[in-house]
Amino acid sequence: MTTPAEDKSSVLAIPAAASNTPLITRLRRSLRRNPSLFFMPVLLIASLAITVVIHPQFSDFDLQSLAMGALPLAFAAAAQTAVVISGGLDLSIGSVIAVANVLAASTMEKASFGESLLLAAAVLVVGAAIGALNGLIVILSRIPDVVATLTSGFIWGGVALLILEKPGGGAPQEFLNLGTGTLFTAWLPNALVLLVAAVCVIWIPLRQSKLGLQLYAVGSDRVAAFRSGVNIDRTRFAAYIFSGLFSAVGGLGLTMTTGIGAPLAGVYYTLSGLAAVVVGGVSLAGGRGGMVGPVMAAFVLTLIPTDLIFLNIDPNFGQVIQGTLIVAIVMIGGFVDMARHRK
Amino acid sequence: MSESPFLLEARNVAKKFDLVVALKAASLQVRPGEVHGLMGSNGAGKSTLVKIITGVFPADGGQIFVKGVARSFRSPAEARSAGIVSVYQDPALVPDLTVAQNMRLAGAPVDAIRKWLAELGVVRLDFSLLVRDLPYQTLRLIDLARALASEPAVLLLDEITASLPADLSERIYAMVKHWRERGNAVIFISHRMAEVSALCDRATVLRDGVTVGVTERAHGSEERIVALMLGAETARAVASAASTRTSRQTPPDAQAALEVRGLRRGPLLNDVSFKLYPGEVLGVAALEGQGQEELFDCIAGSRRYDEGAVFAHGKELGLRHPADAIAAGIVLVPANRLLALLQQRPIRENIALPAFGGIRNWGPIRMHAERIRVESAIARLQIDTRAGSELRRLSGGNQQKVVIARWLANGFNTLLCFDPTRGIDIGTKRQIYALVRELAAAGSAVLLFTSELPEIALACDRAIVLFGGRVVAEMPVSEADEATLLRSAHGLAPPAQAAS
Repeated sequence: MTTPAEDKSSVLAIPAAASNTPLITRLRRSLRRNPSLFFMPVLLIASLAITVVIHPQFSDFDLQSLAMGALPLAFAAAAQTAVVISGGLDLSIGSVIAVANVLAASTMEKASFGESLLLAAAVLVVGAAIGALNGLIVILSRIPDVVATLTSGFIWGGVALLILEKPGGGAPQEFLNLGTGTLFTAWLPNALVLLVAAVCVIWIPLRQSKLGLQLYAVGSDRVAAFRSGVNIDRTRFAAYIFSGLFSAVGGLGLTMTTGIGAPLAGVYYTLSGLAAVVVGGVSLAGGRGGMVGPVMAAFVLTLIPTDLIFLNIDPNFGQVIQGTLIVAIVMIGGFVDMARHRK
Repeated sequence: MSESPFLLEARNVAKKFDLVVALKAASLQVRPGEVHGLMGSNGAGKSTLVKIITGVFPADGGQIFVKGVARSFRSPAEARSAGIVSVYQDPALVPDLTVAQNMRLAGAPVDAIRKWLAELGVVRLDFSLLVRDLPYQTLRLIDLARALASEPAVLLLDEITASLPADLSERIYAMVKHWRERGNAVIFISHRMAEVSALCDRATVLRDGVTVGVTERAHGSEERIVALMLGAETARAVASAASTRTSRQTPPDAQAALEVRGLRRGPLLNDVSFKLYPGEVLGVAALEGQGQEELFDCIAGSRRYDEGAVFAHGKELGLRHPADAIAAGIVLVPANRLLALLQQRPIRENIALPAFGGIRNWGPIRMHAERIRVESAIARLQIDTRAGSELRRLSGGNQQKVVIARWLANGFNTLLCFDPTRGIDIGTKRQIYALVRELAAAGSAVLLFTSELPEIALACDRAIVLFGGRVVAEMPVSEADEATLLRSAHGLAPPAQAAS
């Protein structure tokens, strides 16, 4: 080779980039890549601040009901995020939440706490299995994911009604406490702990693993990913399994916070979850975004209607305001992105 | 039959995509310690062969032997574990991941890649940068370093130097030689003939999906490669076709219908200038990826250019949208008909569509006037509408006629035809070229790119050749025989005068 020897030695002397880049540079860079990491906490704190201003008697109880209200939505958003990052879309999430919700409520009614935990584990397995089935349909049939999951959503919605015809069922009080109680202080609701714990246990290991990398790669550029040796079908399949799993956790969360099973309650979460994904800065084109944004967005989207109620606004008009706010938030994100790419 | 003394051998590989035959009987024999050129004009099947060898898609027929053993890889990863690695024409890096993540994704050893990058002259690359933020040239070098780091016994380079500046190309040549010295083989695909003759020990030439010859490095191998790529029959047929046409003389003081000055866009289009006169068909000859797509898109307003200017009849145009070009009378017939037509809609709507662009045309459609215009265009082009009025029921040739009919019905003065006869049967091809001649005779200007070089002689008055995003040659059609065009399109100076 013609390259001078000193060039080679100087290169070998450079340590791995991760350890020599100053923390501040890395932080700045990850904010630039995923602006929602900065944008979402600001938005969340701002909306909390607005809530406190509107409703000065904001108490630990309000925080608990916020966490409880946001819990299923946050899991719906997490489920959608897993699929959207891999370049797909899952419109059956709400129905899977409903199935998990009624399955838990109908079987746990007379169970002991220990049994209910085992049943909860079984519900998680069922959720993952439903996700796997969705993934199989999308991958094997080559039907566009929107169509495949929309129709399978109808099926699971029907299954939920078959399991529990009308709202009912229940679960042991200890189990409900996992979602409704507080930990150490009244200002730390269990629902929040559960959410953070579930996301950390499922998402962080995934994000650090090769599979997590493959999810992003497949969503970003399928051809390049394939050429890098990624098994595209297997990766997309895994994304749907994670979607089913997160949905099942969401269904359990719904059981804990409401105390009953309601076959129609889950369906609302498909589109609201998708809204949280978009507000949370995950690109619907795939490959970009993270889990923090959508989960925080779920809280913001739960706060907005609460604030409107505090303000005594006609609920119908409230819908208009909520929709407008979502569009505005997404548009600001879009403008920021555009401004960055223009230069 | 199952024995093979070569490091890599492809034997009679065949591949069909739907109805298009990409490879009929492609054979390739590569020895250890050689740089093997793979040559052929557009559509000869080079890239298809590379992709079959590396497992991107399966072959329909034939066999691949690695070190004497018959193999068929189901994925690039499988081929890599057998020591066969390709750097494809476009970067195989995922844009939303960092360089380091891409390496982890492919299971590539980062230290080895750093070492190879250093050898290629990239010393301080921050691996925590996103791939989408890196320049194209760096990505090519990372691609190459990643391939080298898996220590392939056979390294396939598909047009790696196509859009690289000369100094980077030099580094790649040095690396290729180095790889050969280590007893490995390199399969080198390039449109630059000078590169191939300087670098390759032997070259295999493909024509229409068939291996037509293998040349050893020897004096005059360039001429022999050109001759093989052309094929004796084509050369003769073209010669007779060209002799029947006389080239038009354009008065030098005439105003150009279209003038392009110093057009640049990204890495692929570097300074293109030419003039196109009314009543003239100007042919554009180029091998794949020499900037012709960018050139046509820029003139048609569907991509923006970085620098330069486009004039129509002496007036500079601000082209920001295809509507701007259409308003200036410049219309495009793209190669991919699907891009131009509404497959599910009737022929009538497809032809009348551009007339709806102006806002004052948004009112009720004047059905009668429209029908007259559309029907006269259909009649003039002899579009066969028996298959029904829905566009997707028409054959490819008839669909292409609909694209042209659309502009006939709506008026234009400069027609940009980008490979209008791609995948069209020979009869319709003739009709389309006759029509192009007729339009020119009626005073329109036509800019025609065709990937089939003999067609330049059939339809054009004058030809320009693009190479590396520049106009490298301009000639009247009487001189534009296929051999001359092929030589210039490969970046060779024309020694043709001496030869012919």
